[in-house]
Amino acid sequence: MANPTNFISPLLQVQDLHVAYLSRAGHKSSALAGLSFEVRPGETLGILGESGSGKSTLAAALLRLLPGNGQIERGVVLFEGQDLLQAERRTLQRIRGARISVIFQEPSLALHPMIRIGEQIKDVLAAHESSGGSVMRQKTLQLLAEVFPADAARIAESYPHQLSGGQQQRVLIAQAIACGPSLVVADEPTASLDPSTQQEILSLFRKLREQLHLSLILITHNPALLAGMADRVLVMYAGKAAEIGTAEKVLASPQHPYTRALLQSMPSRVEMHAQRRKSPLAVIPGETPNLEVPATGCRFEPRCPDRMEMCTKREPVVVNVSESHSVSCFKYGE
Amino acid sequence: MGLRYENTERLLIVENLRKFYARRGVLGAKKEVIALQGVSFSIRPQSTVALVGESGSGKSTLAFCLACMERPTSGRIIFQGDEITAFDEKQQRAVRPRIQLVFQDPARSLNLRFSALELVSEPLLVQGRLGKREREDRARALLAQVGLPPEKALRRAEEFSGGQRQRVAIARALALEPKLLILDEALSALDCSVQAQIANLLLELQSSLGLTYLFITHDFAMAGHLADEIAVMERGNIVELGAADRVLLEPQHEVTRRLIAATPRLGPAAHLPQVV
Repeated sequence: MANPTNFISPLLQVQDLHVAYLSRAGHKSSALAGLSFEVRPGETLGILGESGSGKSTLAAALLRLLPGNGQIERGVVLFEGQDLLQAERRTLQRIRGARISVIFQEPSLALHPMIRIGEQIKDVLAAHESSGGSVMRQKTLQLLAEVFPADAARIAESYPHQLSGGQQQRVLIAQAIACGPSLVVADEPTASLDPSTQQEILSLFRKLREQLHLSLILITHNPALLAGMADRVLVMYAGKAAEIGTAEKVLASPQHPYTRALLQSMPSRVEMHAQRRKSPLAVIPGETPNLEVPATGCRFEPRCPDRMEMCTKREPVVVNVSESHSVSCFKYGE
Repeated sequence: MGLRYENTERLLIVENLRKFYARRGVLGAKKEVIALQGVSFSIRPQSTVALVGESGSGKSTLAFCLACMERPTSGRIIFQGDEITAFDEKQQRAVRPRIQLVFQDPARSLNLRFSALELVSEPLLVQGRLGKREREDRARALLAQVGLPPEKALRRAEEFSGGQRQRVAIARALALEPKLLILDEALSALDCSVQAQIANLLLELQSSLGLTYLFITHDFAMAGHLADEIAVMERGNIVELGAADRVLLEPQHEVTRRLIAATPRLGPAAHLPQVV
């Protein structure tokens, strides 16, 4: 695991990123409202957020893959010294899938149903390099062997429908590492899988990031998946960073009222059920905010147990609560 | 496993239930897929049994058989003393209102173009109960019961969040006053904080309406929170069945141990003092 030191220059720097969607009715909703963070070489950053937090928008915006009604309003995405938001289309295409790859949700939708797995991996290689057929074939099998040590050759000949959800996810991972990227962005890579398959996929990520010195952005709504997986955790709420810090600090002693409430709302550990069985879980009252309505204060204020008068008046600034842990909340300073 | 029923009242008794699906292979050869291999268990009234297992273990097939949506190949289902597996189509129609299902993804189980009110009054219409006015009143009462703000009753479900849609799905399932609610991964597609809201709603409804739940899930943590008893399924069999504490603390079967070990868990933060 990367020792989080501040002397290594970051691999990816996102600064003040704003993204908005335009609805058919012409309403603008602000999905990302000034997000800043960085990813260091070899680091795994966990991004924790619920529906509407903007976490999937972020994954798409990094490589300018937003749908037609999505618009990057301002911000900087610096990757290996280049601002991806200003880069030319051709430059961007050399980076997509080669230097940065994205694994989107729902593996069954990401694979072509009528093309054999081996071909679909070769397509990724062919998009970024030109080598002879036999070299490509060999590379494809090598990649598949990384994720299917036992039966790469059989999988190469299979069609997506012949594979389980976990196997399909492995194929997407092989595609993602095909061209030797330095950053992999995985958006809910285990959401549709069984718990034991989930664990297998997470250990595969662990193995590959060591082996290939990958930086990883792991996006999820489930805090429990990040424990033991992420070096640092960024908690998003309504398009903003609520809290960012080392995984131990954010998950074990969360400071932002939203993170605290979110972690408290989960059922306790299996061994601890007896006393609390069937008693109400702590909930965050209300619903996530309507992003079409511009906010003057903190987005979480209407649901916050610790709200103060000033929270409605202006946006909280980022406060460092310790060396590697910062929070956007007035509780910790103005 | 030898399962014996004690001499207490049971809402539902399932005996040696089997379900095979016939499937034609590539060359027309008949293949049999065994979805349930002989499942036996029972549920006490007003209690919750969690059915935990991986995909393909037969959980949903079992749910469909219980809800009279599939006919089992053999075995018996006894519900409120009636052997419903022996019922004909017409008799089963009378049973269905008493056993209702809530599915995983309300975006797929509900027609999102309908308003909340239409979705919840539809079962009453189908079963030919009540006049239009009474149906609407009943639907409004149900929506209030599941915590949907009254001003949303006439809004289409497509405008709702995932949590609100699942509230509508629950209200719809409750419309015909069922005794047994089968919750087939009903929390799995929701965000963690919304899962907590809906879990609390289910607990509340269980005690106010005296409902019995079959809670189908692959999430051992939530099963342990909501259920009195836990049944673990694998390949069409129940491999372990017992009081929730016993199964969680002293799992006997290797599948149970594996599933518990794979449950993602957090460290001490989960035990922060509860906010009141």
